[in-house]
Amino acid sequence: MSVLKVEDLYRTFNNGKKAFYPLNFQVEKHEIIGILGTSGCGKSTLLRVLSGLDMEYEGVIKVNREVHRGTHEKVGFVFQQPRLMPWLTVEENVSFGLKGKDKLSKANKFLDLVCLKDYHKHYPSELSGGMAQRVAIARALVTTPEILLLDEPFSALDAFTKMNLQDLLLDLWNKCKSTMVLVTHDIDEALYLCDRLFIFRGQPGELVKEISIDTPRPRLRSDVQLAQLKTQVIQQLQLQPEWQI
Amino acid sequence: MRAQDVYKKNIENDSLWNKILNKTFVIKKIALGSVIPIILVLLWQLVSVYGLIPSYLLPSPSTVIMTLIDLSKNGELLAHVEITTYRILIGFISGSIAAIILGSITGYYRVAFQLLDPLIQALRAIPSLAWVPLFILWLGIGEGSKVILIAVGVFFPVYLNWVTGIKGVDKNYVEVGNLYHFTTIETIRRILFPAALPHLLTGLRSGLGLGWMFVVAAELMGTSKGLGYLMVYGQNNSAPELILGSIFLFAILGKLTDGILVYIERRVLHWQNSFGKESKNVSS
Repeated sequence: MSVLKVEDLYRTFNNGKKAFYPLNFQVEKHEIIGILGTSGCGKSTLLRVLSGLDMEYEGVIKVNREVHRGTHEKVGFVFQQPRLMPWLTVEENVSFGLKGKDKLSKANKFLDLVCLKDYHKHYPSELSGGMAQRVAIARALVTTPEILLLDEPFSALDAFTKMNLQDLLLDLWNKCKSTMVLVTHDIDEALYLCDRLFIFRGQPGELVKEISIDTPRPRLRSDVQLAQLKTQVIQQLQLQPEWQI
Repeated sequence: MRAQDVYKKNIENDSLWNKILNKTFVIKKIALGSVIPIILVLLWQLVSVYGLIPSYLLPSPSTVIMTLIDLSKNGELLAHVEITTYRILIGFISGSIAAIILGSITGYYRVAFQLLDPLIQALRAIPSLAWVPLFILWLGIGEGSKVILIAVGVFFPVYLNWVTGIKGVDKNYVEVGNLYHFTTIETIRRILFPAALPHLLTGLRSGLGLGWMFVVAAELMGTSKGLGYLMVYGQNNSAPELILGSIFLFAILGKLTDGILVYIERRVLHWQNSFGKESKNVSS
């Protein structure tokens, strides 16, 4: 069953330029979709459109088979930066979008999931980058969204923290049974996490190729099959391999 | 778990140690800050004792203090201080509230900003003391005109800082609220207000400073009570010790009220991790 369906979706900027060409795709339940592309191909714009933060688009977005415009309570978002409110403690940040009396206890349950329970009374300025992003993920998950959109969530983190958080994300995906759409420019990350990859290219961006990754999880980062797929992805992105050092 | 217990214990020890350190630090800071004032007062006393400046122009600090003590014996001084503080308080509170409400509206709604802000900026350009004749004409020389003059003085710095603060809030924070379907009121209350709070407190502090300035102006323009009146009285009766005593009290009261705001600022903005902050205790 498709949770998210997009029909003839495109977005035009004020200067008349398109962010990306009209798109058609659908996302199945419990899938992880990776959107991969060079910078400026409109992948972040696409994610903002899907989340409802950007409403100036043409076309149709269907969430659970119903046409929807604007932010949706079943759609969560993790930004590139954690965007935690510096004046709130960690637990208050996680419960930011919740209402009701038990919101703090609920927040703490999700803090436990991202292994930050001991830090619930801390302020964001006291956290490391990776910890802050974990808090941001907990905040996105606490409203139990069916679809989680992630906009280059780990791109500002160091390589080790990144790998840790990728595993954490898979763990959460298993526990929360959510569907994820992940925008990234990290090919290894996309191959490690996703079921399907949408490759974008050009300005305005165009969905040039869809790649399915059948390798069962847990995957090895050094998997040969993934390495072969990586070559294919690089070809599709039309990056000259010698550009990569 | 063991490692965590050790960690927690370490933090407790650290915070205790920090507290002791902080205390000595505060004492040192106060001592350092009073060195120069004490030297100046001593010099002043010496100058007066040796008669370098005639006492009808500059009485010695001890004379000033004695005058203040004499005045406070029959409760007269307290009455003056009370009425001045009362005027400041009412003027400051009403001016700030007006600035906060109006600033919230013009800060959030662009149309309101375009409609009102040019007018407010034009009014701001008028030296506030220029209002005095008009206020006296409208409201007489009673409490009303004084309080309103102070409120006008307080209004502008608070308004300006508050609007600047709200307009400068990172759009990224507002987007987080959008994700959770925040209403306008919720966005203002839960995102814009706390994010712009540092600016508001700066505005309140400069507003309070202006308030003290205007209370003197208001009391000079005709009253029979208040520290400003005491100064006029001292001038008319060639009693410089009364003028100096009032100035001394203004300094103390001004510093005291500003200290209250600084205290509130520290309590409210304890989450800030900024350059100017002196010490940071991670676990508290």
